Amino acid sequence: MVAILPLRLEGAEVCRKGKRLLGPVDLTLSPRGFTAVMGPNGAGKTTLLRLMHGLERPSAGRIAWLVPEQKARAAQAFVFQTPVVLRRSVLDNVAYPLRLHGWARDAARALAADWLARVGLADAADRPATVLSGGERQKLALARALIRAPQILFLDEPCANLDGRSMREIEAILSAAHRDGTRIVMATHDLGQARRLAGEVLFLYRGRIHEAGPAAEFLAAPQTAEARAFIGGEIVE
Amino acid sequence: MNEILQGMARAAWLVVTLDADLVEIALRSLQVTLTAVAIASAIGLPLGALLAVSRFRHRRAAIATLNALMGLPPVVVGLVVYLLLSRSGPFGVFGLLFTPTAMIVAQVMLLTPLIASIAHQAMRDLWADYHDLLISLNASRAQRIRALIWDGRRALLTAALAGFGRGIGEVGAIMIVGGNIDHSTRVLTTAIALETAKGDFALALGLGFVLIALALAVNFAIHGLARTEAGSRW
Repeated sequence: MVAILPLRLEGAEVCRKGKRLLGPVDLTLSPRGFTAVMGPNGAGKTTLLRLMHGLERPSAGRIAWLVPEQKARAAQAFVFQTPVVLRRSVLDNVAYPLRLHGWARDAARALAADWLARVGLADAADRPATVLSGGERQKLALARALIRAPQILFLDEPCANLDGRSMREIEAILSAAHRDGTRIVMATHDLGQARRLAGEVLFLYRGRIHEAGPAAEFLAAPQTAEARAFIGGEIVE
Repeated sequence: MNEILQGMARAAWLVVTLDADLVEIALRSLQVTLTAVAIASAIGLPLGALLAVSRFRHRRAAIATLNALMGLPPVVVGLVVYLLLSRSGPFGVFGLLFTPTAMIVAQVMLLTPLIASIAHQAMRDLWADYHDLLISLNASRAQRIRALIWDGRRALLTAALAGFGRGIGEVGAIMIVGGNIDHSTRVLTTAIALETAKGDFALALGLGFVLIALALAVNFAIHGLARTEAGSRW
């Protein structure tokens, strides 16, 4: 497959109803690595991820993958904060992205079953996806996102509202994907999670990248007052 | 009161003896309306889904129009179809007027907006759920519509059943374009209208009970087949 990274954002902005939600953002995402996007609520984490993935149109500036956007989209995946489950069986949910790209039903289901085993949902394959618990839904969404072996995976707070065990399982899946060469960009609130997983951190504040750097350095000694307050557990608005 | 009792007795007798005329009329009713529902669903269900996933300039006006067309007066539809199919009309050469086909055409025109509108309501809610995921997965418009129709099939069944309900009980349009000709275009509703006009209330009531039973039977059969409300299905 043709490489789609690095991704370059130049002066990218998102405005809605005259209000600027994000930007201007200048950013280059290298082909490898694990980036945690951090910042207080409303800082623009979700908007930044959606913008990069193409779910939001930039109001100004530009976003450039190495290849044209349509082609690049096929090599990306997105896991939403509230997982979207299709009203069909768990197995068919995971097989769906393959079916969209013309795989035969049996082949798609075979690979989907393989992925369900990897995320620990093998027993639930034939159940309706709508009866899964929160943690199971998120694992389903992860399997569905990873099944087409994307070059880059965006995650929007995948572990919000999950208990410790689900979180550990999801982090293990993410670590494995990262080891296999998937570029990961994850929004998270959780400092511990950023410490465990991330190689670099983007700290967003009021719609702009306020600070960026290697995770270890950022978490140990943030440069800006807002980031210091955020990491120190103070309420940052 | 006496007439209702007589009607029920007459109806029971007609049903028990499988009266040839009654069976013929009932089957024609089913044939006309089921065919019309099938055709109207084939048009209306994808149309409803398309309206749910598309954003175009006059979308709101299109939806408002569709909703208004749900209340299309059957008599007027019958009149329009009559004019289209009559000997001097644009489709007169096909000689379809006063045939079951003409009745099906009229019912398709009546049922399509109803089915499309109900389908659109259901698809709109499902699309709100699916929107982000299907965009993210880069699904084409046809694939989005297919996903909505497949995953929303139970809601769409309701739309089709509503169409059946309107069609099976409808008399205005099929009376005009069908003509209520014995052994040719007579159906339950037109027969009831005729018997009432003749003053044969017992037979009219009997046919009425058969009509209601038929509508109930079809609904139960379809619910049974689709297993709606069975267990923890979605």
